[in-house]
Amino acid sequence: MDKPSDIQITEEDLTLLINDIHLTHGYDFSDYSRASFRRRIERLITIDQLSSFAELRYRVRTDPAYFAHVVEEISVTVTEMLRDPAFYKIVRNNIIPVLATYPFIKVWHAGCATGEEVYSMAILLKEAGLLHKSLLYATDMNPAALAKARKGIFPLSQMQQYSRNYMLAGGTQDFSSYYTANYHFASFDSRLSEKIIFAQHNLVTDFSFNSFQLIFCRNVLIYFNKDLQNRVLKLFDDSLEFNGFLALGTKENIRFSSIAPNYKQIIGREKIWRKIK
Amino acid sequence: MIIIGGSAGSLQVVFYLLGNCPPDFDIPILIVLHRDPQGISRLAELLATKTTLTVKEIEDKEPIEKGCVYVCPPDYHTLFEDESSFSLDYSEKINFSRPSIDVTFRSGADVFGNRLVCILLSGANADGADGLNYVRSHSGISVVHSPEEAEVRYMPEQALLQGKADHVLRKDEIMQFILRLA
Ligand SMILES: C[S@@+](CC[C@H](N)C(=O)[O-])C[C@H]1O[C@@H](n2cnc3c(N)ncnc32)[C@H](O)[C@@H]1O
Repeated sequence: MDKPSDIQITEEDLTLLINDIHLTHGYDFSDYSRASFRRRIERLITIDQLSSFAELRYRVRTDPAYFAHVVEEISVTVTEMLRDPAFYKIVRNNIIPVLATYPFIKVWHAGCATGEEVYSMAILLKEAGLLHKSLLYATDMNPAALAKARKGIFPLSQMQQYSRNYMLAGGTQDFSSYYTANYHFASFDSRLSEKIIFAQHNLVTDFSFNSFQLIFCRNVLIYFNKDLQNRVLKLFDDSLEFNGFLALGTKENIRFSSIAPNYKQIIGREKIWRKIK
Repeated sequence: MIIIGGSAGSLQVVFYLLGNCPPDFDIPILIVLHRDPQGISRLAELLATKTTLTVKEIEDKEPIEKGCVYVCPPDYHTLFEDESSFSLDYSEKINFSRPSIDVTFRSGADVFGNRLVCILLSGANADGADGLNYVRSHSGISVVHSPEEAEVRYMPEQALLQGKADHVLRKDEIMQFILRLA
């Protein structure tokens, strides 16, 4: 990234911007972690070479196309396939066998970004012979990220890393059999995406829309403050069947939330909880 | 709040500094070290063997307590949500690094202003230099390990080239400096 700009942003500035966005576009960032939100705004000002904070506010209020770009920048869509292989190994060995006992498997990937996570899960379900009886809902608030996810086309340069992750997560097939290489891109097998439903869903403003046996929400809660984390965890609790699993990012925890007493961490330190009440 | 940032060649100095903090040292210390995500994942456990202070690897929204040493987790940036908690961030690498020392120094300066001391140690990367300037502009104190003594001088040297430091110290002087803060 270029050098951070010298424009000083106050807490009041951030509050004004958040109010503008809420009033004009309906997105509510008021309970996002202020520290991360500030970084995103500072980054925007730098990459767009804005001359002042007022210019940012003006463009956000008046230019819908610019606002779409702002949403894309605020929502950090950094992701990977089979990120944290040890986590996927547990999904493969400990969770999928439980899912197998259901006649119909429903999984929700909340905050799926550009889709790498849900494709990873589709591969694991396929290898367990369960994909045909599964439905994976992959949602995000960012429409541009979802559009990429629907295509299932990822940079070829990442495949070496993903293939390594795949093997570390207990994969035994040839990872390259899941995609076709095309110039700089790897286009994933459409048989993997047949059972994925991509939809726009905002965890702050939208409601529970189904019930699931497994919910992934990895590296999304870190962008929220504690109040919002608690509200979103309640939304997951409402959307999770009894005995269902909740999978968070490696540094996320439900311990400070009101749903904690109803959940049990399944294995050691991995951030997977089972709903026991 | 004290933040110690370092990269290649800084681990021994971190051991030395933490090892010499008395058990009742009550200013929270945050350690930001560049780490290979596949490398030592148990840095916190390793550090705990070197000091009598409580060492924790940060989780998201971890509360900040007196007398604790906090370690940034690999592959996340560590920010301060407010004076009493951390917040993690999984966004682009900065200076090819996640965690990035610049990111944490800047966030610390936003939240703690003049109640912040940032110490930059050895390394082969320019991360930390910009953050130190930002800390100074927010009235925090910047300390750079003397390039003469640092195992890899590039990082402290870059910091001194890109700005001024309040103090350029040898490691024993850094230790004395930290002890005087308490
Ligand atoms: C860092 S990505 C996580 C991707 C993936 N789950 C992983 O761990 O690799 C965070 C995602 O959360 C999404 N997000 C942020 N706020 C959201 C909200 N209020 N509702 C739904 N998605 C949100 C962002 O758009 C972004 O795609």
